[in-house]
Amino acid sequence: MRRAGRAAVLAAAVVLLGGAATGYAAWSARRDPAGTDGTAATASPVAPGQLMFRAADGRVARVPLDRPSAPPTADGPRCDRFSTGGGVSVCLVARPGPVTTTDALILDRSLRQTRRVELAGVPNRARVSASGRMVSWTVFVTGDSYNQGGFSTWTGILDTRTGYAVTNMEDIPLTLGGRRYHAADVNYWGVTFAPDDNRFYATVATKGKTYLVEGDYGAWRARTLRENAECPSLSPDGTRLVFKKRVSDDPDRPWRLHVLDLATMRETPLAERDSVDDQAAWLDGRTVMYAKGRDVWSVPADGGGAPSLLVRGASSPVAVR
Amino acid sequence: MYVSDTAAGGSRPRPRLSWRVPGNVLALGAVSLVTDVSSEMVTAVLPLYLTLSLGLSMLQFGALDGLYTGVTALVRLAGGQLADRWRRRKLVAGAGYGLSALCKLGLLAAGGSVPALGAVIAADRTGKGLRTAPRDALITLSAPPGALGHAFGVHRAMDTFGALLGPLAAYAVLTATGGAYDAVFVTSFCAAALGVLLLVLYVREPRETAGPRLPASLRAAAGLLRQASFRRLCVAAAALGLVTVSDAFVYLLLQQRAGLDPAVFPLLPVGSSAAYLLLAVPAGRLADRAGRAPVFLAGHAALAAACVLLLGPGWIVPVLLLHGAFYAATDGVLMAVAGPLLPAHLRTSGLALLQTGQAVARTLSSVLFGALWTVWGGDLALTAMTAGLAACALAVLPVLRPIRDNTRENTRENSREEGP
Repeated sequence: MRRAGRAAVLAAAVVLLGGAATGYAAWSARRDPAGTDGTAATASPVAPGQLMFRAADGRVARVPLDRPSAPPTADGPRCDRFSTGGGVSVCLVARPGPVTTTDALILDRSLRQTRRVELAGVPNRARVSASGRMVSWTVFVTGDSYNQGGFSTWTGILDTRTGYAVTNMEDIPLTLGGRRYHAADVNYWGVTFAPDDNRFYATVATKGKTYLVEGDYGAWRARTLRENAECPSLSPDGTRLVFKKRVSDDPDRPWRLHVLDLATMRETPLAERDSVDDQAAWLDGRTVMYAKGRDVWSVPADGGGAPSLLVRGASSPVAVR
Repeated sequence: MYVSDTAAGGSRPRPRLSWRVPGNVLALGAVSLVTDVSSEMVTAVLPLYLTLSLGLSMLQFGALDGLYTGVTALVRLAGGQLADRWRRRKLVAGAGYGLSALCKLGLLAAGGSVPALGAVIAADRTGKGLRTAPRDALITLSAPPGALGHAFGVHRAMDTFGALLGPLAAYAVLTATGGAYDAVFVTSFCAAALGVLLLVLYVREPRETAGPRLPASLRAAAGLLRQASFRRLCVAAAALGLVTVSDAFVYLLLQQRAGLDPAVFPLLPVGSSAAYLLLAVPAGRLADRAGRAPVFLAGHAALAAACVLLLGPGWIVPVLLLHGAFYAATDGVLMAVAGPLLPAHLRTSGLALLQTGQAVARTLSSVLFGALWTVWGGDLALTAMTAGLAACALAVLPVLRPIRDNTRENTRENSREEGP
């Protein structure tokens, strides 16, 4: 092809492709208009007896705990992950940019922001201890290219009483199988605090395996309790953990929810047979709830019964006690 | 080799170190620039899209990820072989670019299915593996042997510029659309399609020299390793690859050492890329003037120096500059060393072999470094890697030195080979 011909083809292609990209972008901008993240104009106070969650549009919403099918009140801020306890809430919001960052917003009882912690990466897990003192979160931080694979989790813990924040707990001295352990690839995620606001449980991954760890915040150390347990969540009475266990290599259904009795270390598979990728929460002392697909489901914590739909179009469920 | 140069007997005087870059190299640079804008747009948003929009755990994703590394190596070797056998480097490179372009639409089609997403990403990576060797072979066949360093420098600088623009473009689309990831994928596809079109319209397959066509076969490609210079180069590149500290570890150590705010962490690769962008052309030109093998080794010395800084004060800017210098002095320069050592009819296979050897060695190096870290802890592991890198660079110095002197002679040897 001659020079002029090639230039004409190129120019036509630039117009066509540029037009297609612009047109699609314009259409998608009208389809889902942007909202404001992490801010609530006026929200009613967080009060016991509420079931709070993240609604499908990203806003924090709530229904009465005893009537979860009631129409939700969605007057909270827009969050990607949400949790609350003891009048303190945490809202993880992704800030898309040339590089994605995440803000962990600490909110008061009226869901007004009291503190903002800037983090790298993408929101993943968020928890607040029952008293509201300890807040923890996990973000995913990727390397420079998805083509190279490789990512890590950064888990942070904030003590709201002292204001001290650990943004990456990877330096916590870890005892694995009884021995002090060092490795470059240690990743923590999914923290849950005990009622004493000092003991906590979390997942640690290294060399392709995951372990349940028990941590001591004050002494700043952690030890593994068992293998293959992710995203633990402690029951209100502090005796049991619900966690996701890897049960299959099938990438479509790798996990099953189990409950671990901390006194006997015996595990019980729950009646939910679908794979659940969530840090479950306790609806009450006998029932756990979790996001599956686009909805929140609940299932008895003793392995019996059957899963049932709790709230449609929801995630990050948390019962306010 | 440079075709018209060979035709003239290789003795035609050239203006030394001109700034001119052959049109074909600029065209390939433009293709890479646009393609990198496209792929880095996706890279920038994919983690966010997967975890927030689809609620997919990255760990689950990471497990899939490892499966395909071996496939890429095989595809790269097969692609090199086919490009040589058919003498259609442009076609094979185009197939790679085209496959990756289609994968951008595949991301839309895959929806929330983990296996489908894994397959799309594997296909994207296959496309990248397929196109690299034929593209680099086209560059070596399009520029005079004496100016290959400069040509690769220009190409890599354009490539890196695209990689830096990509995340900005993704951000612009996300901001303009209120966070529509599908719009990012569509825009990325349009950019990739433009890259393929630029290749089709403006990249030429260099004309073959007169004389009988030499067959390219697997046996002939394997036979390349019998040639002393090329074998030495492969061994040296693989040996250095084994003691090369991977990017992920460099950034992780830098973050720890400098006590960086986590929000700044994702900017570290941008710093390295910026240094690479600035230094690619100067390093390439220096390689043409001072010898490519010494510059290639100096690049590894720069990485060793960065490691020493990581062990010591952990200064951010110097570490990133040295890390960028490492890429500028090694990536394109290695191809510039290898090009003239390889006969034209086996050049893609040879480059693919060299790249694969280096890639496999670097993968092993990550495993090795991780193991050292577990046994000895971070500091001692890095000390060992740095010492290994320095020792290895010194050890291959005498191995690589003869190659520099042979470059011109090999070109003649090959041209004799072509017309017996």
